[in-house]
Amino acid sequence: MEAKQGANESIRFEFQNHIDQLNTAPEWWQTFKSQSFESYSNAPLPGRSDENWRFANRKGLSLDTFDFGPKNLPATTDSLVEQSDLTSAQSGRLVFADNQTLAYNQASQELQDKGVIWSSLQDALVHHSDLLKDYFMKQDIDLGSEKFAHLHSAFVANGALLYIPKGVEIEAPFCCYNWVDAQDGAIFPHMLVIAEEFSKVSIAEAHLSAGNEPALSCGVTHLFAGVGAKIDYTLIQNFNEQTLGFQINSNIAGKDSEVKMNSVNIGCHHYRSETHGQIKGSGAHVDMRSLALVDADQEIDQRTLQTHSAPHTTSNLLFKNALMQNAKTIFSGLIKVDECAQLTDAYQTNRNLLLSNTAEANSLPGLEIEANDVKCSHGATTSEIQDEEIFYMLARGIPKEAAQELIVYGFFEEILDCIKDGKLAETARIIIREKFKA
Amino acid sequence: MSATLEIKNLNVSIGDKQIIKDLNLTVPKGEVHAIMGPNGTGKSTLAKALAGHPDYQITSGDALMDGESLLDLEVDERSRAGLFLAFQYPMEIPGVSIANFIRAAKKARLPKGEDLNAPAFYKELYAMMDMLKIDRKFTARSINDGFSGGEKKRCEILQLAMLNPKYAILDETDSGLDIDALKVVSEGVNTLRGDHMGALIITHYQRLLDYIIPDAVHVMYDGRIVKSGDKDLALELEAKGYDWVKELASDAA
Repeated sequence: MEAKQGANESIRFEFQNHIDQLNTAPEWWQTFKSQSFESYSNAPLPGRSDENWRFANRKGLSLDTFDFGPKNLPATTDSLVEQSDLTSAQSGRLVFADNQTLAYNQASQELQDKGVIWSSLQDALVHHSDLLKDYFMKQDIDLGSEKFAHLHSAFVANGALLYIPKGVEIEAPFCCYNWVDAQDGAIFPHMLVIAEEFSKVSIAEAHLSAGNEPALSCGVTHLFAGVGAKIDYTLIQNFNEQTLGFQINSNIAGKDSEVKMNSVNIGCHHYRSETHGQIKGSGAHVDMRSLALVDADQEIDQRTLQTHSAPHTTSNLLFKNALMQNAKTIFSGLIKVDECAQLTDAYQTNRNLLLSNTAEANSLPGLEIEANDVKCSHGATTSEIQDEEIFYMLARGIPKEAAQELIVYGFFEEILDCIKDGKLAETARIIIREKFKA
Repeated sequence: MSATLEIKNLNVSIGDKQIIKDLNLTVPKGEVHAIMGPNGTGKSTLAKALAGHPDYQITSGDALMDGESLLDLEVDERSRAGLFLAFQYPMEIPGVSIANFIRAAKKARLPKGEDLNAPAFYKELYAMMDMLKIDRKFTARSINDGFSGGEKKRCEILQLAMLNPKYAILDETDSGLDIDALKVVSEGVNTLRGDHMGALIITHYQRLLDYIIPDAVHVMYDGRIVKSGDKDLALELEAKGYDWVKELASDAA
């Protein structure tokens, strides 16, 4: 067998240290973590014949160089907290660096009185252990990163818990910032959102590097939308290009609910993102959108699943990638419609814009439909900027480089337009522009 | 220095095919000239070749703007030097708003590092949009994306107005316009014409020239100007039809 069995000794040693420090945590938590570590150890690394890793560079997945031990607080704490300000408004904020809480802005007293819970995972283990027990890591991991999900469960030490009770509607987003600072450090961002019946909430999350050191991020976001609930989630990933990133996103959409997930991916040397929309209640709608701007020899590997298991459901996926230099992207998406999910509308679109002739965009769209009365479509296009578009802009006096830039910004607007918070969308535009200029 | 757009013995090919043949034409600044002619005669080729489209090779001759040859300039340099082409089929560019597009074009005309004064830019933009009866909401719309034919042409004239060129070439600006849009576009051009600008209007039909009265009309056939005259030539051409042009061409040959 090609894949390496077992975790290396230093990871096991660090895990032992990690679990030893949890002696005051709930027993279920300790058991869960120990079991997760064993599952991690026993799971093979992705193999060459693994369909979920097709086209991916598996050589870059070694975790041997990373330090899983606890870290001191970064020296630049104040500055990181200050920079953790990417939205026009906020209903609450958590700022983490190297898995430690740097800042915590509570939800307003009014929201707390209504029963809203906005808490760090560390606090939640003390005050909301039962809620965590019911919901923590309870969504299936089924797009290939099971091993890394187990690693996440074993080491996760912090994160955000957001619980919105029935009927509570909140406009301003809850914001969560995850920084990685230590050289070869490892962070495990976690976002758990539980939106009860007919509630409405939005969340903005950012994954960022404090410096230029290599690091590992292994994050999970799980959204639970109850009957008629509305969740709007945006993740901006702008790690430095030395970072190895895994991000496992999943949502469960209940009856008549509406879930929107937006991702902006700019950083990482190698980034693997998995997104699963589980459309489980009739009348539910799920949007999954992503943009990635990649250069140098970055690789962004995107796997998606839209599972429809109830009738009258809709989902819409749009992933747009722009590639420069020797960058590589993989989009592999599947729409799965169960036999009972009649009258489903499901769409999947992947668009890749090649800005260099050495960039490589792979696209593997797929459909698996067991119901007979559905509307599903998938499409993938990979193209270069059209000469006639450039000519039109040149004929207005816009120099070629500026013309290309404008076209790329325009290409991404379709996604950026869907980010509701104006400042967050503008931040994404600035990050994109800065990367283009670099 | 002569204030003219002067085309001298111009020959243009697309691939192996010669389209423009020893064409001579002079448009003095401050005048509006019209080129009329049947389809396939090289009118649009002339426009694109002057703008510098890479598919159109200028094999000999010259094109001078106020005495300076355009041929040494890149496409974007020609535009910044003061040449404007209103496209027959303007490109749709998704996600790039009209405001950002025109702003980028204006910014390209400023010294490096300098930025536009945003309030002044929008003031000018809105004034021009009002003049061309373009809804101000259009500023945020992607350029030409999903526009009707009339909207696209008005958007071209808006760019003309905002970029304030020395010479403008309007390539079949009337095609695809209904009578109301035609009037709006013509009013726009009439407002913009004046001593500061020369214009070359390329059209297949005489009707545009009912609204934009030209100082001179040139009839083009098979890559050459076969007859020039005043505005009445357009009416004569309308009355006699393009078969007359063929006779003129064979007389000239």
